[in-house]
Amino acid sequence: MSRTTMDLWVGVFVAAGIAALLFLALKVGSISGSDIQSPYTLIARFDNIGGLKARAPVKVAGVLVGRVAEIRYDNERFQAEVVFTVDGRYKFPTDTFANILTSGLLGEQYVGLDPGGEDKLLAPGDVIKKTQSAVVLEKLISQFMFNKAAEGDTAPAK
Amino acid sequence: MVGAIRRLGTLFINGVWQLGFITRFFWLILVYSGQSFTRLHLTLRELYFSGVMSLLIILVSGLFVGLVLGLQGYETLQRYGASDSLGTLVALSLVRELGPVVAGLLFASRAGSAVTAEIGLMKVTEQLKAMDMMAVSPIARVVAPRFWGGVISMPLLAALFSAMGVFGGWLIGVVAIGVDDGAFWSQMQSAVDFRYDVLNGVIKSCVFGVAVALIAVFEGYDCVPTAEGVSRAITRTVVSSALAILALDFVMTSFMFRGQ
Repeated sequence: MSRTTMDLWVGVFVAAGIAALLFLALKVGSISGSDIQSPYTLIARFDNIGGLKARAPVKVAGVLVGRVAEIRYDNERFQAEVVFTVDGRYKFPTDTFANILTSGLLGEQYVGLDPGGEDKLLAPGDVIKKTQSAVVLEKLISQFMFNKAAEGDTAPAK
Repeated sequence: MVGAIRRLGTLFINGVWQLGFITRFFWLILVYSGQSFTRLHLTLRELYFSGVMSLLIILVSGLFVGLVLGLQGYETLQRYGASDSLGTLVALSLVRELGPVVAGLLFASRAGSAVTAEIGLMKVTEQLKAMDMMAVSPIARVVAPRFWGGVISMPLLAALFSAMGVFGGWLIGVVAIGVDDGAFWSQMQSAVDFRYDVLNGVIKSCVFGVAVALIAVFEGYDCVPTAEGVSRAITRTVVSSALAILALDFVMTSFMFRGQ
């Protein structure tokens, strides 16, 4: 066994490669899934989910507590059904309000939960009844235009 | 006219014949792997020649790719006032695509061609036949260690390439231009997911490693045993490895990153 220097270099190479992988895993990326412990699922129905996608964050007071697992269309209620998993450490009252919000002007859309004041807590698989749809820019603008037009009609009469 | 059709037919039949041969060859390598692993120092030696010796070119190219990504990314992002996302751009493009693909291309031309030349020359000088005469399987003794050396070093090299590239992007973005250090790392961390981005990149580099190593040993083993034949085999290794990497990359990207 006279190849000790070569063995050393191979060892250095493999160690450097694994260190690079660790760097990519810990410093560059974040190991998701591990930060959500013993998850349970909740369901919310929205009239319009806008651009919400699976794996989008679920936040309460800005803190990440879960992720959207699945989005499907409920053909009986004509609504979008959003299934999301929430960290088991967090419980929410039954009158929790679910909104679809946007982070920043062009940011991704996420589900924001606003806990209410009820004493009873949501059990796994429960449906959140109070929801607010995503804001669709076209609707907002048309509403604004309509209001402006209505103001324009009434203004001369005054 | 008839000649042209005949040539086309020959080309097609040759292609199918070679595909069958490469599959059988791959199977043989896997079968003889156990036998070659009992003499592990052979594989370690190949790991040294294809992995450690490629380290310098991979690290330097990774650094330069990262520097260029930092400059170009900053130039584009600052138009939209989003220069804080520079880390995200650099890390995602390296981890998902550039790391595995560019490292694979460099690896094919640096190590793959060397393996082909080595095995091809052994065939020209009839060393492989001599081994067969001595009841030493040339696949277990020569081919399998070179194959596994390539397969093991490729993901490690791709990871080093990506890490070096991120460092290069950080050098340009944070040190030279003055993007906020905290925003650079925190935006990167929130956007890069370990399973979705990093692990898919590692899977890509493993597949490229198998493709490049298989093509390199096969072209060497299959070459026409003349000086010209070896030179053609080396050319074919580089060309078909590059094509295989880019085509496989497209196929895998379309499976992995659908942006549902």
